Amino acid sequence: MDFTLSEEHLMAQQMVRDFAEKEIAPTIADWDRRHEVNPDILPRMAELGILGINIPVRYGGQGFDYITLALVCEELERVDTSLRVIMSVHMGLNSMALLQWGTEEQKQRFLVPQAQGEQIAAYALTEPDAGSDPVSLRATARREGDTYILNGEKMWISLATKADNILVFAKTDPHAEPAHRGITAFMITRDMKGVTTGDIHGKLGVRAGSTGWVAMQDVEVPTEYRIGEEGEGFYIAMSCLDNGRYTVGAGAVGLIRACLEESVKYANERHTFGQPIGHHQLIKQKIAYMQQWYDAARLLILRAGWLKNQGQRNTRETAVAKWFATDMSVKAGLEAVQLHGAYGFSDEYPVERYLRNAKGAVIYEGSSEIQQLIQADYALGYRTDRPLRCELPAYDADFWQSE
Amino acid sequence: MTQGALVWIEQFNGQPTAASWEALGAARTLAPDGPVIAAVFGQGVGDAAQEAIKRGADTVLLADDATLADYRFEPYVALLAQIVEEHQPAIVLAAATVAGREVMAGTAADVGGGLLTDVTELSLEGGKLQAVRPVLGGKALSVEAIVGDGSQFVTLRPRAFPASEPDENRSGEVVAVQPPLAEDAIATKIEATQETGGAISLTDATIIVSGGRGVGGPDGFGPLRELADALGAAVGASRAAVDAGWIPYEHQVGQTGKVVAPDLYIAVGISGAIQHQAGMRTAKVIVAINKDPEAPIFKLARYGIVGDLFEVLPALTEALRQRLG
Amino acid sequence: MHVVVITKSTPDTAAAVTVQGDGTIDWGDSLVVNPWDEYAITEAVLLKGNHNGTATILTVGGEEQQEALKHGLAIGCDQAIRVWDDALAGADSFAYAEAVAAAIRKLGDVDLVIFGREFADTATDQHIYQVARKLGWTMLGSVANIEALDASAKTIRVARMIEHGTQTISSKLPAVISVLKDINEPKYPTFIGIRKAAKAEIPVWSAGDLGLDAAALQPRAEHVRYQALPAREGAVEIIEGASAQEKAAKLVDKLLEEKVL
Repeated sequence: MDFTLSEEHLMAQQMVRDFAEKEIAPTIADWDRRHEVNPDILPRMAELGILGINIPVRYGGQGFDYITLALVCEELERVDTSLRVIMSVHMGLNSMALLQWGTEEQKQRFLVPQAQGEQIAAYALTEPDAGSDPVSLRATARREGDTYILNGEKMWISLATKADNILVFAKTDPHAEPAHRGITAFMITRDMKGVTTGDIHGKLGVRAGSTGWVAMQDVEVPTEYRIGEEGEGFYIAMSCLDNGRYTVGAGAVGLIRACLEESVKYANERHTFGQPIGHHQLIKQKIAYMQQWYDAARLLILRAGWLKNQGQRNTRETAVAKWFATDMSVKAGLEAVQLHGAYGFSDEYPVERYLRNAKGAVIYEGSSEIQQLIQADYALGYRTDRPLRCELPAYDADFWQSE
Repeated sequence: MTQGALVWIEQFNGQPTAASWEALGAARTLAPDGPVIAAVFGQGVGDAAQEAIKRGADTVLLADDATLADYRFEPYVALLAQIVEEHQPAIVLAAATVAGREVMAGTAADVGGGLLTDVTELSLEGGKLQAVRPVLGGKALSVEAIVGDGSQFVTLRPRAFPASEPDENRSGEVVAVQPPLAEDAIATKIEATQETGGAISLTDATIIVSGGRGVGGPDGFGPLRELADALGAAVGASRAAVDAGWIPYEHQVGQTGKVVAPDLYIAVGISGAIQHQAGMRTAKVIVAINKDPEAPIFKLARYGIVGDLFEVLPALTEALRQRLG
Repeated sequence: MHVVVITKSTPDTAAAVTVQGDGTIDWGDSLVVNPWDEYAITEAVLLKGNHNGTATILTVGGEEQQEALKHGLAIGCDQAIRVWDDALAGADSFAYAEAVAAAIRKLGDVDLVIFGREFADTATDQHIYQVARKLGWTMLGSVANIEALDASAKTIRVARMIEHGTQTISSKLPAVISVLKDINEPKYPTFIGIRKAAKAEIPVWSAGDLGLDAAALQPRAEHVRYQALPAREGAVEIIEGASAQEKAAKLVDKLLEEKVL
């Protein structure tokens, strides 16, 4: 088994690391403190091609593989979670859905400009009353000839006020039996009549990130913008999570690493009882655990990425990686704050921001509780994967890299 | 036969640079029996030639020509190479200024001599120059030596060697030399020169003077800036001073500001909390000026003065102006 | 128009450095592209873009230099060349300059050679000026801005930083220049460039390929050994004196002794 990353992987990772460190890191704590979004970030990520990193060149992307996506997310979240959230919704949940389920026309209309960074993408499944139970969503899509009329309200939508294209889920058949077969996926654009968006403030974490709501009032959506078939929306939404979760887990790996790196630095600088605190055993314990969590979480994510590269179904493996990495990122945040003592309690050091950011990831994209149910059901045989009508394409270097 | 020393004296607007006298001093030390020749290039630089003699040159080769009025690489190298080939000095010295480094490297290449650049210690071992110079961001010293025959070239780090003092009773001869390149053989033309007192960036600075809470207010940075001017230093600040609005954030040194690694860091009215230390602890020499003898900064500093910074800073500025000129 | 940028991988100056008892040095072997070269590489890529030309990145060194060359390709250089030969193992700036000049002549049709201001690890720049002399080309050092460049008329005009300020200088091409941080904002590698760099096969030119024999590459200076900095004593030296003036004078003495002024 070859665990080495290729030269391309390493160079791409280094490039994103340099960008995030040089251009974002110096001011991100400030934006976070003000609960404001740095408006330079999206255009820069677009300019550098990061927003299309693993999309084929022929669809406007950079032609790198799924493992590279994980490495990019790790480096982005190491600086701040809000950077990785962009990748999660723009790439993981929306663009990769188009790659998997979109028609050629839909790829040209949406995927190409998104991969080029000319349009920003988001994903709207969650509603005020529907989170862990997405099947109970209330948004509706009434068909009238060649148009669907969409109504509903989506909440906790990252990039809601920034996105051009939003992948939304609504019920074309509110009375379907079973209920999940009534859900259909649509791409709407924020400039459609009847679409309004707004920002949500007052979050515990990811304060430098854009989170908001999307309201649809009699929005007219042409059938060309329906993704997949009527009644297929639930399967599409779940497959999107395979990719969204992947980026969340990969980002959490970066968050654990950030906690570890900051803690190591502090442990070598701070002196108590006449020596650097890294010499004290209970401090060593915290460092040791963070190291372990980083190693394990990273390997779980890379395995999931490898499966995606092979074109193999990876729902369970990605889910367990997301669950483990995000849970451990919260623990790493707690340990890092504790290790920093009073300084960990102050925003003069970044670790309190890491902790606050980490707490979001164990809630969204399938809470840790949902993840446990998933793993148990696979293990108990109550859940198996049935083949999907469209699968995420395996990474093929020639296809991805040629024009 | 190679013997004696040749020193290239740099001048700007007719004024010889202080660092040139350090090179001349080193030449006299390495070649006490002489002859020590000074080479002066420029236009209307007769006075500089006279001063070179007062400061230790036995002979001054004076090239006073319009083509040499301002430093340019090609004519200066051509002339110095010509001089070295004619006089065959055992060692050739100059200060490691921007021009000095260029001229000496170019000349060494032309005559096929070895070159040691920007040295802080210098000696002769068995007739061969041996020098010490800082490397790896100033974290180590490299001992280097010339090998082979021929003239040996060395440039000296400014302020690392003592300047030779003028002796009014010294005399010597001034010999006129002709530069080999006429103006139309020189491709490089200087179109304009703008002398500026530009602000030095913190991360590039070799000397930083930083102010903290003890400075008391934006006006408190006044004496600090004067000291910085006298030192050619950049101005830094602790987070306390920046948060209080006394100085812009771009001057902040520390955990949430800039990390700096100058040769000399003077912390004025800064207590030295760990977040500030994180930004400057790798400075080669740290000086702390604070009225509180218990301030943590004194544990990190190499030298300290306990006192009122508003008395110490002006005294320090004055002392520097006197000593450095 | 053909621009050549010269680069080198250097030890990361942020690394901890230990001088061993035998005069050798240990810095942990982590190499970075010479920080000044980021500006040189970016300038080469910008120039080739603006003048519809090509950019070559070149280094003198062993296999550990590959990364710096790949970095240059990833930013946008068209080709990379590595010069190496056992005869260059103890090279001083003179031998280095001989090799680089020969490589430039072998490349042929070069208009501009760009160096970063100095090698950060050795803090030396003499190789730049010596390359210019070996080629017999114009040398413009410490360039803060290229104001004009005409490859067909073979002219160049730059702003150069000197101790006292800035000079505007015009000269002829071909030229050798060294650049400062003011000259541009370093580019990141592009993803397309990264892919190209990863796939690149970089040729190695030996002394024989350059038509140089061992005699031509004889160094004139050598590194003898490393020395640790004088040990920093633990306790601070508080400067005493009857007056602020007395303390100040003593401090200035100390600082001159430390050679940090």
